[in-house]
Amino acid sequence: MEDNVVLTARGISMTFPGVKALSNVDFTLRKGEIHALMGENGAGKSTLIKCLTGINDFEAGEIHIEGISGPVKNHSTKDAQEVGISTVYQEVNLCPNLSVAENLFIGREPMTKFHTVDRRAYNKRSQKIMDELGISVDVTQNLENYSLAIQQMVAIARAVDMECKVLILDEPTSSLDDEEVEKLFVLMRNLRDKGVGIIFVTHFLEQVYAVCDRITVLRDGQLVGEYPIADLPRVKLVAAMMGKNLDDLAEIQKESTEDVSKNDMEISARGLSHAGTIKPFDLDIRKGEVVGVAGLLGSGRSELARAIYGADKASTGTLKVAGKDAKISQPIDAMNLGMGMLPDDRKAEGIIADLSVRENIILALQAKRGMFKQLPRAKQEEIADRYIDLVQIKTASKETLIKQLSGGNQQKVILARWLATDPDFLILDEPTRGIDVGTKSEIQKLIVKLAGEGKSILFISSEISEMLRTCNRMAIMRDGEKVGELDHELTQENVMKAIAGGEQGHE
Amino acid sequence: MNKKSTWAKIKGWSLFLPVMSIILVMAVNIIHDIAVGANPFSFFMITLRQTTGNGTILYGRIIDILNRGSEVAILAIGMTLVVSSSSGTDISVGSVMSLCASFCCMLLAGYGVSSTTTLAVPLIVGLLAGILLGVVCGMFNGTLVAYFGIQPMVATLILFSAARAIGLLLCNDLIVYVRNDSFGIFGGFCGVIPTPVIIAAICILVIAILLKKTALGMYIQSVGINSKASRIAGLNSKRIIFMTYLLCGLFAGIAGIVASSRITSADSNNIGLYFEMDAILAVALGGNSLGGGKFNLAGSIIGAYTIQAITTTLYALGVSSTQAPVFKAIIVILIVAIQAPPLKAYLKHRSNAKQLRGGAA
Repeated sequence: MEDNVVLTARGISMTFPGVKALSNVDFTLRKGEIHALMGENGAGKSTLIKCLTGINDFEAGEIHIEGISGPVKNHSTKDAQEVGISTVYQEVNLCPNLSVAENLFIGREPMTKFHTVDRRAYNKRSQKIMDELGISVDVTQNLENYSLAIQQMVAIARAVDMECKVLILDEPTSSLDDEEVEKLFVLMRNLRDKGVGIIFVTHFLEQVYAVCDRITVLRDGQLVGEYPIADLPRVKLVAAMMGKNLDDLAEIQKESTEDVSKNDMEISARGLSHAGTIKPFDLDIRKGEVVGVAGLLGSGRSELARAIYGADKASTGTLKVAGKDAKISQPIDAMNLGMGMLPDDRKAEGIIADLSVRENIILALQAKRGMFKQLPRAKQEEIADRYIDLVQIKTASKETLIKQLSGGNQQKVILARWLATDPDFLILDEPTRGIDVGTKSEIQKLIVKLAGEGKSILFISSEISEMLRTCNRMAIMRDGEKVGELDHELTQENVMKAIAGGEQGHE
Repeated sequence: MNKKSTWAKIKGWSLFLPVMSIILVMAVNIIHDIAVGANPFSFFMITLRQTTGNGTILYGRIIDILNRGSEVAILAIGMTLVVSSSSGTDISVGSVMSLCASFCCMLLAGYGVSSTTTLAVPLIVGLLAGILLGVVCGMFNGTLVAYFGIQPMVATLILFSAARAIGLLLCNDLIVYVRNDSFGIFGGFCGVIPTPVIIAAICILVIAILLKKTALGMYIQSVGINSKASRIAGLNSKRIIFMTYLLCGLFAGIAGIVASSRITSADSNNIGLYFEMDAILAVALGGNSLGGGKFNLAGSIIGAYTIQAITTTLYALGVSSTQAPVFKAIIVILIVAIQAPPLKAYLKHRSNAKQLRGGAA
């Protein structure tokens, strides 16, 4: 093992039923580096990480860890922690109703000599740990009082305090806003300087370049290569991930916006609100129009959509759909008026994890038909096949459980579910979150295509650039209120300014 | 190679373990019969036998298991749906059985009458009223669980403790006997076949057709797996959960009538006693997760008959009825343990390790 190397994996192979998930993959992590693991959905990133952390039982290959002679094979995350590999996932796996200190020491509480938990000692030690990492929190407060970013940092602090040599961060930034991401980066750099080797999995290219030292790229379960960050500019990275040359996302240039201003009105909301989450707002969407909703996380973007769709029943206001007064008290009412909504939290509100891809696709269509008009099996299969093909879902078969698919493919299944209902008005809430560049551009193209067919779309995204590419108009949200609309000179700068609201916060 | 893959296919079959369990119980019978020198297949023997009360009927241990297991099998249908949709159990079914039986007998005998041979109201009125009361109980449970968001165990605890008492109230604290042949038939024999077997078969058939021909099965599983996502996709999650409790009450009502007809009386304190536990056990033996979501109705029904088979076997082995629960517990522990995920994972791990070692050598 060369100097400075903390973890090497050689020739890792792993097969899932019907799929070669990893074949002969090498990976090397050095001390004090942040190493990005990149690849499209299904490229094998998660599988590789699960091999390292003992969740997957790989079939061939060896893992070596500094300070341990002979190959290491973990059979559980606990084994992995014992050899110094800790993982922090996108979803924070801590207890929100316990204090920060309790979360740090859960399962290994310092004891007094009477074998009771030594609260004073662990509060003091916790504060010290957090101070050293430069995280300013009161460790006696419950974790739920802090933002998701802080919670994530607590999870990292816990991992680090357990003497980890290798820290794996699996999509830690997916639910964080820019400022929070920056805080997380400070912590990551801090840890790097302390000699921890960090594996960073993300879909955000900018973040890779902001914080990483080295990149390993996987594609279709195979190693494409390992590169120092300076040798792999963005365009080349994307090309490496996709296996073809693609000038980043520039390919989808919005064709000269079609003039939709004379089209009929599809959705027309007046004074719609939901008590406690969104203040009364007006919104018009014409047929064939793509309206973006921009704002920071928690600014009421999703809530605006949910009030229209009836996911949260509107407490005031009126809604007209295609010119007719509509009464919507639950999602099925909205669906019967030709709406569909892809929610932002795929896991909690999108997928039905234990059902098959086929069942997930036909679910909404079946719900629209009603319980007693079951779609015949042959018809179900035909629909599933058609949409698996249309949105290119990568799945072993249509009877595969959706939970076995990668995140991006799960998202495509949900998209297929709505397309199968042939909606006139589709709400897409963060459809591209946590999915790879290739799928992102496919979804954006699809949005433009659907609009071209005369469907109306409400598109919510944290990435302003992708909305700029697709939207005719944007609604600006701030603090639970719709504060304005932008319909011309849609540029990154203008949108940022509008979101910030006059303050000179953003550069 | 081919042979192995067939075996793997059998092992992968969703009913593999429930079926194995019941085969295991049968094997015990065969071994016992051989040990005592009886015909090794006497367990499976079905003969026609002349009786004084019922005329010529089918007779045999299998028939006995199918007959006695009917009530639990009927209850297990409803329980499976409830567990799937709400990740909880309806512990009131035994008490509701008793309440429905009491109500039915009270109507048939007339209020305050403790024993009758003539019916006060037409039979069909009594039966339907009893079953309808079961539906009402189910709706009550369903409202509490689906619309008030009360935990299923707590919500159904109300009727679990109250229903028997209400039954006694209806029967004026008496055991009401309805010694009328037309009422006795539901727990007796229809031709040569025990009527409860026919009733259970009809219940199973109806629900199977419902699950096959409508989207009910997918709706229930979808709501059980992720009710929030189901709602966004247009399902009325609350109404679906409500419906499963309603069905569970309906089946409790039917089971109550059968149990009552068997003894041609409404013994409030004893009808359906502990049946809720057997019904839940049947669901678990059928390989269903009590955490809800995907369900396997056939498994639950096999589970129900497995429980009865264990009981009948123990009696055949000469275990006294007071000791039987101990042995039943041991067998249940074994059956549940072989289905437990940690044990499965351990076995799989071992066989993998064996393969790896074999491959290296």
